[in-house]
Amino acid sequence: MNITLRVWRQQNADTPGAMQTYQVADVSPDMSFLEMLDVLNEQLTLAGDDPIAFDSDCREGICGMCGLVINGLAHGPNELVTTCQLHMRSFSDGDVIDVEPWRAQPFSVIKDLVVDRSSFDRIIQAGGFISAPTGTAPDAHAAPVPKADADAAFDAATCIGCGACVAACPNGSASLFVAAKITHLGLLPQGQPERDSRALDMLAQHDEEGFGGCTQIGECTAACPKGIQLDLISRMQRDVLGALSHRR
Amino acid sequence: MAISGLVLVGYLVAHMYGNLKVFAGQEAFDEYAHHLRELGEPMLPYEGALWLIRIVLLAAIGVHIFSAVTLWRRSRAATGGKGSQRYASSKAPRGSQRSYASFTMRWGGVVIILFVIYHLMHFTWNTIAPGGASDSPYERVVNGFEIWWVVLSYTIALLAVGFHLRHGVWAALASLGANTSQRRRRNLNILATLVALVIMVGFLLPPFGIFFGLVG
Repeated sequence: MNITLRVWRQQNADTPGAMQTYQVADVSPDMSFLEMLDVLNEQLTLAGDDPIAFDSDCREGICGMCGLVINGLAHGPNELVTTCQLHMRSFSDGDVIDVEPWRAQPFSVIKDLVVDRSSFDRIIQAGGFISAPTGTAPDAHAAPVPKADADAAFDAATCIGCGACVAACPNGSASLFVAAKITHLGLLPQGQPERDSRALDMLAQHDEEGFGGCTQIGECTAACPKGIQLDLISRMQRDVLGALSHRR
Repeated sequence: MAISGLVLVGYLVAHMYGNLKVFAGQEAFDEYAHHLRELGEPMLPYEGALWLIRIVLLAAIGVHIFSAVTLWRRSRAATGGKGSQRYASSKAPRGSQRSYASFTMRWGGVVIILFVIYHLMHFTWNTIAPGGASDSPYERVVNGFEIWWVVLSYTIALLAVGFHLRHGVWAALASLGANTSQRRRRNLNILATLVALVIMVGFLLPPFGIFFGLVG
C-alpha cells in the first residue's frame, strides 16, 4: 500500500503548528497505524529530518498512552480500538490520511502529536481513589459484592484514561472519563465512604482544569476504545445531586 | 439548564392546548383567552394567575439563558472557540454519530428567543398586527395566519423548537440522572422525539388550518 499522510507538526506549545504532507510507500496492510508511523520516522531519521513525536507504550490497547485523531475521528474510523490496535488494512491503497493530536485547552501540545494529559492525573488525585489500610490482602469474601455490581464496576474500570472522549467531544468535556472513575469506585462497597466527596471533588477539578460541560451529545462514547457507555454520565449526575443533598 | 428547560416544555403543552381551542370556534377561543385573565378570582386579582405564570416563565427563561451562556463559554474556552471544528481534517464534519438537533442547540436557541419576541409583539403587546388588528384574540389569530409569510415564519420557528426539544428533552432527562442503561438511553431518545413531534404538530395545526380555510 502507498499512503499519503498529512501530519500535524508543532515544535512546542509556544510555536504554531501546521499540517505537513509525507508519502509512505510499501505499507503492509498488517501493520498497525503506529508501526506505519515508525516506518515513516525511520525514513525521516535517515534523511536527517526530525522524526514525528507521538505517544505509545503497550501497543496492545490496554495502557491508554497512544491516541491520535485520524481523519477527524479520535482513534480513527474503527469502533472499540485504540490507535495502536488500528491496522492499515482499515485503509485503502492511495488514501490520504489526516493525523492530528487530541485537541482541548487542558491538553496542550508538547510536540507534534504528543499532548500533556496531566490534567487527568490531577482529576484522579482529587478523588479517584479509596482510603484503605494496606498490608495483608483481606479475604476475598470479606466484603460481598453482588455479581451485577461487580460486572458494571468492571465495565467502568476498563477506562484507560486515554482522553479520546475529550478529543471527540464538541464541548471539550471529560465527563465520560470522570463518570467512569466515579462509577467504578462508587459501585463497590470499598468506594462508599468517599462516594459523596469523590463526585464533588472530581467534578470540581474537572471544571478547574478547563474542560467543558456535558450536553449529552454522545460523541465520547462513540469514540471510546473501551466502550464506556453514556449512562455512566447520568450515574455521575446522580452521585453529584446526591452529594449536594447530603452536604451539611 | 435541564430543570428550567422542562418547566418551559410544560408551559408549551399548556399553550398548545389553548391554541387548539381555535378549532372550537370564536366563542370558545375568546372565552378561554378571557378566562385566563380571570383565573383564580376572587382569591387572586384580575390577571393575577397570569402574572404568576409569567413570573415563573421569566425566571425559567432567565435561568435557561444564563446556564446556556455559561456552558457555551466553557465549551468555547475548552476548544479554542471552535467546538467540533477544531481539527484541521475536514473528513468527519458531523463527527461519528451526533445529531443535527444536538449541534444546532445554541444557535437554534437564539432563533427561538428572537421568534418569541416577534411572537409577543404580534399577539401579546399587539405592536404589530399583520392582517389587521381586532379586540377579539380569535380574529387576530385568524387575520394573522391568512398571510403566507406569517405562516412561514411560525413554521420555521416551530421547526427550530422541534429540533431544540428533540435533543433538549433527552439531554435534560439524562442530565438529571434518568439515563440508567443502554435501553433507557434509546427509550429516552424516543420519548424526546415524540415530545418534539407532538409539540411541533400541535402548534402548527392552527396556522395551517387557518391558512387552508379550515377555520373561521
